[in-house]
Amino acid sequence: MGRYVARRLLLTIPVLFGASFLIFAMVYALPGDPIRALGGDRPLAPAVVAQLKEQYNLNDPLGVQYLKYLGNLAQGDFGTDFRGRPVLETISQRLPITIKLTVVAIAIEAVIGIIAGVLAGIRRNSFFDNVVLVSTTLVVSIPILVLAFVAQFVFGLKLGLFPISGAQEGWYSFILPGLVLASGSLAYVARLTRTSVAENMRADYVRTARAKGLPNRTVVVRHTLRNSLIPVITFVGADIGTLLGGAIVTESVFNLPGIGRAIFDAVRAQEGAVVVGIVTLMVFFFIFFNLVVDVLYAVLDPRIRYE
Amino acid sequence: MSDPKLTTLGHDETGAGTVTPPAEESADVAGTQNSLWSDAWRQLRRNVLFWIGATLGLLFVLIALFPKVFARGADPRDCSLSLSGQAPSAEHWFGFDQQGCDYMANVAFGARNSLIIGLLAVAVILVLGVLVGALSGFFGGLVDSLLSRVADIFYALPLILGALVVLRSGFLGRGVVAVAIALAAFGWMTAMRLVRSQVIAVKSSDYVAAARAMGASNSRILVRHILPNAVAPVLVYATITVGVLIAAEATLTFLGVGLQRPAISWGLQIDAGQRLLRTAPHLVLFPSLILTMTVMAFVMMGDALRDALDPRQRS
Amino acid sequence: MSTASASVPYAPGRGGSGPVLEVQDLRVQFRTDSGLVNAVNGVSYTVSEGETVAILGESGSGKSVSAQAIMGILDMPPAEITSGRIMFEGRDLLTAPAEEQRKVRGPGISMIFQDALSSLNPVYSVGFQIGEMFRAHRGTSRKEAKKLAVELMDRVRIPAAAQRVNDYPHQFSGGMRQRVMIAMAIALDPRILIADEPTTALDVTVQAQVMDLLKDLQRDTGMGLVLITHDLGVVNEVADNVAVMYAGRIVERGTVDDVFGNPAHPYTEGLMASIPMLEAKGGRLQPIGGQPPNLSSIPSGCPFHPRCPKRRLGADALPGRHCAEDVPPLRLVVPGREAACHYSEEVLGV
Repeated sequence: MGRYVARRLLLTIPVLFGASFLIFAMVYALPGDPIRALGGDRPLAPAVVAQLKEQYNLNDPLGVQYLKYLGNLAQGDFGTDFRGRPVLETISQRLPITIKLTVVAIAIEAVIGIIAGVLAGIRRNSFFDNVVLVSTTLVVSIPILVLAFVAQFVFGLKLGLFPISGAQEGWYSFILPGLVLASGSLAYVARLTRTSVAENMRADYVRTARAKGLPNRTVVVRHTLRNSLIPVITFVGADIGTLLGGAIVTESVFNLPGIGRAIFDAVRAQEGAVVVGIVTLMVFFFIFFNLVVDVLYAVLDPRIRYE
Repeated sequence: MSDPKLTTLGHDETGAGTVTPPAEESADVAGTQNSLWSDAWRQLRRNVLFWIGATLGLLFVLIALFPKVFARGADPRDCSLSLSGQAPSAEHWFGFDQQGCDYMANVAFGARNSLIIGLLAVAVILVLGVLVGALSGFFGGLVDSLLSRVADIFYALPLILGALVVLRSGFLGRGVVAVAIALAAFGWMTAMRLVRSQVIAVKSSDYVAAARAMGASNSRILVRHILPNAVAPVLVYATITVGVLIAAEATLTFLGVGLQRPAISWGLQIDAGQRLLRTAPHLVLFPSLILTMTVMAFVMMGDALRDALDPRQRS
Repeated sequence: MSTASASVPYAPGRGGSGPVLEVQDLRVQFRTDSGLVNAVNGVSYTVSEGETVAILGESGSGKSVSAQAIMGILDMPPAEITSGRIMFEGRDLLTAPAEEQRKVRGPGISMIFQDALSSLNPVYSVGFQIGEMFRAHRGTSRKEAKKLAVELMDRVRIPAAAQRVNDYPHQFSGGMRQRVMIAMAIALDPRILIADEPTTALDVTVQAQVMDLLKDLQRDTGMGLVLITHDLGVVNEVADNVAVMYAGRIVERGTVDDVFGNPAHPYTEGLMASIPMLEAKGGRLQPIGGQPPNLSSIPSGCPFHPRCPKRRLGADALPGRHCAEDVPPLRLVVPGREAACHYSEEVLGV
């Protein structure tokens, strides 16, 4: 088990640095004037340009720039934006919003997705199964952008059930955006669960469980669901890492000042330091939760552990 | 040709109800592929969702090719401010936008950019994915580790975010081609993984070993024996991805880094319409509806194709 | 003997005379997209205490399906039991309430399967899966169940049982996994054990060990053993009586010595001629010609007639005994021997 974790950990290191270097290079080295990019749309005084070049090590080759950036990062220094505000401060202010949104979205996709998937999988080709199949196709096909406006219009404006903008009403503000954000994964979880349950229902060991005279509930819960939910749980786990990276569209449409909104604003304003800082953190979340999921998989499925 | 191959071929051909004598070296792949496709087609024909998807898809392509027909004679740029934001009527089914332009004409003319970007981006993704995936899977070892790690790195960056940063930097420009390339640059990894795993699976099969023993070259083995096997999963993926990319284009444009006026695009229409959501909801509704139906067309076709091409799904 | 046999609630009928299990005219159909498949078409047999009955047949002959019908583990739909009775200790399991059927599985009748790797749940330890029998049927505590599992693993001769009880199925060899299955099946001291191709997936040397184990356990417990197989060698070694199945029907039945020594049905005769074991007796190996029957359109008359070298058609046939038209019933040919062939006497040479 320890070796397994160590090996996975080793594989993630190049990915973490590679991805953060990729975004670094895109922000600072793509053709175009990086300083103009740093200044956004405002023209900068030559003295400021020189100072910025110095501050961001832009006179160095790209590799050296990146290493210096990493050096600062290692000391907890994410750099500052144009107004001199530390990037870390922006992150710590925005992250709680995104965490709340993630919690709501994950809860929705896990609970509704798994229940719908299990019911559909147990009774394949039933009416409910077909409802799940058609509605998941529908949900997957609606771009999140469209879904966000439909939700705003129907539940917010017409029915007046939920606030459609901002995070002033605590957790309640997060229900509608959480639902929108979760929709795609929700459909995927439902489908994955359905396929997995249906497949496991036909498994030889479920037949064995029935031949053992176990009560029906034990056969379904212990010998079908437990096995079926392994891929589902790992998907949901990995999704936490993805959602924590911020939802650009959802946070923009619902006007939630989270990580996704921050990154979008930073890209628009070409705040290089903010973009690189947040994306590096985002990649870290993504990789960290994928690693957690890998380990979780090994815990849940003993065949992996001893390979 | 070795005997086991002939047996397999004979069996599959019998199953498909056709008899084609094995003619040349790669007939084994061609044979199993033929029966796979004819089985798949038989399966597809009975799938209602496939026909719904295909009909919607065809409709979308026709709109993109002949927008004037669907604009019902109206010119998308012939506007009159006095008609600004008018609701749908019998004469003008989709109503008018804020500038007083016929909205149905605008939505119809928006299809072409979506189609071009979707197809172009998928084409680039396929070229990249097949190339990198085939190299990675075929050579294995260091090449594979290196290319797989590169794919992992790109995977860590979400599609929209990556494309957002590249497009905002401005060096690609802001046109149709720029958006397509930006999307492909952050969307090729799944195709690569699909091709890679297929190549690895087929590489170790007996008939490839036989071909190798007959002295076939690497490139011949790759092109004649291995790649045909990867076609089915890649086709499924590509079909669904056209829809996903069309949605992504609308999103990028909505976020202000995709197409720009005076281009006509559903993303721009949704962006403009959202500010009038309270007073003129039809401005968001119609482009959203058509966009959703378009994406759905490709998702449904891809889903149906997957069910048809995956024999394990058949009961 | 283990503690398992001490407190069995299945006392009624135990030790009494007569068959423990009696299958009467069992018929099973499958509804599929490509039509109705008649998997089992009127199968009857009995199993008494301590008896070993072999059900012999090629794949698709209905031998496994009939066993699963007895266990009540057929997937319905697509399967459907259209007629018959399964009498266990005087009660018809097919009409018994589901809960009562469930309680028979394990302590009454239990079953082991061909592929032990896929038949054991990969995510639970073998000890847990064996112990489940005690927990589900007797409400034994988890801890006590594990202790009993170790005893059972000992009994099926798994080395170092106490250490291996927490291991997972994939950590065992094929033979050891099948022993785990057997331990699970005999946990509650069943009166009938159905073994569905128990050794087919194993190496030849391991096959013999597993069969020996089954025989020993049977001798110790007196359970009836239903051995489903296509392996004539296994039948010859361990079974008392054999029923040969073809196209979902029993075509011949008798003691192993009688049936193997002098078949009364051309299909059995064909099977005998097609195995190397009896080569010395008959000279060349003779495969049975033709294709196994298609179960959605079983040939009229005797289902074996299209492949039968001794069939009589047209003017050759005796009245009412036309091989392509009249279905031969399973009938007593000579004392202790039943066969479903119009011309069994000729086949036997009596």
